[in-house]
Amino acid sequence: MTLISAKSVSVGLELPPQAFNFTRADLVRYAGASGDFNVIHWNERVAKEVGLPSVIAHGMLTMGTVIRVVTDWLGDPGKVLEYSARFTRPIPIPDTDEGASVLVSAKVTEVLDDGQAVISITAIHNELTVLAKTTVTVQLGP
Amino acid sequence: MAINPEFIGRTYPPTQAYSVGREKIREFAAALGESARCFFDVDEARAMGYPDLVAPPTFAILVSMQASKQVIFDPELALDYTRVVHGEQKFVHSRPIFAGDDLTSVVSVDSIRSAAGNDMITVKTELRSTGGDLVSTAYSLLVSRGVEESP
Repeated sequence: MTLISAKSVSVGLELPPQAFNFTRADLVRYAGASGDFNVIHWNERVAKEVGLPSVIAHGMLTMGTVIRVVTDWLGDPGKVLEYSARFTRPIPIPDTDEGASVLVSAKVTEVLDDGQAVISITAIHNELTVLAKTTVTVQLGP
Repeated sequence: MAINPEFIGRTYPPTQAYSVGREKIREFAAALGESARCFFDVDEARAMGYPDLVAPPTFAILVSMQASKQVIFDPELALDYTRVVHGEQKFVHSRPIFAGDDLTSVVSVDSIRSAAGNDMITVKTELRSTGGDLVSTAYSLLVSRGVEESP
C-alpha cells in the first residue's frame, strides 16, 4: 500500500464510499476479540427487556469498522492521529444472514500546513445517521 | 443523583501493563473485517517502516476500557453501571500501538456534567510504553441515564 500524498488532497475531496454489513456472527466475534460481553450485544431476550428492538451492534464495532473508508483510501492505518465519534443511534442486528447494512461516506474538511488532513465520516443505517461528529485526523504523505 | 463535580481530576494508580500480542492484533483486526496487511503480516508492517504488526486505530479501547473500570466501579463515585452507556469516544495517538508494546494506563476523571437528568463523565486514559513515552490517550464519555422520579 502507498500513503496518499498531501499534494493530491484538498478540502471537499470525497473518499470512495463503502457499505458494511453486520450480522449476529460479527457481534459475537467482536465480543470475543474485544472482551466486551455486555449482554445487549448477544442476548435478544435481555435486549428486549431493556427496551431495544433486538440485540445491537457494539458502538466500538461500528466505530472500528467505518474508519476503513479513511484508512483503505489513505494506504497506511498507522497514520491516524486522532479519531472521535459520538454514538447517537443503536444499530439493531436482525437474526438474518444479511444482518444490518451501514453506508459510510467521508469528506476532507480541512487540510493543514503540516500535511495533516481532517476527514468527516457519515454513517447511515436505515436512512438515519448512527454516528455523529465522526472525525479522523490523518498524516498524509509528502 | 448527580455525580459530585469535585471528582474532576481524580487520578487512579497506574495499571499493570497490558502486553500487546500479535495474535490479539490479528484477532481484533479480523473482527473488524480488516484486510490491511500491516495488521496481519509482520514483513509487510516492517516494509512500511514499523517495528512489528500495527494495531488498528481503535485497539486502544481494549486497554482503556479495562483500565476505566477503576472509575466505573469506584464506590465513592457510585455510578450505577447498569444505567451506563457509551456516549462518545476519542483517541489521540502519538504513534500507533505495535505488537510487543507493554502499555501501562493511568486513568483520570476528565470532566463531569449533568444534562436532562443524565450524568456525563469523561474518563481519560493515558497509555504509556515501558519507557514512559505517551503512546495514546483515550477519552470515553460515559452517560449514566437518570432514573425517572415518581411524582
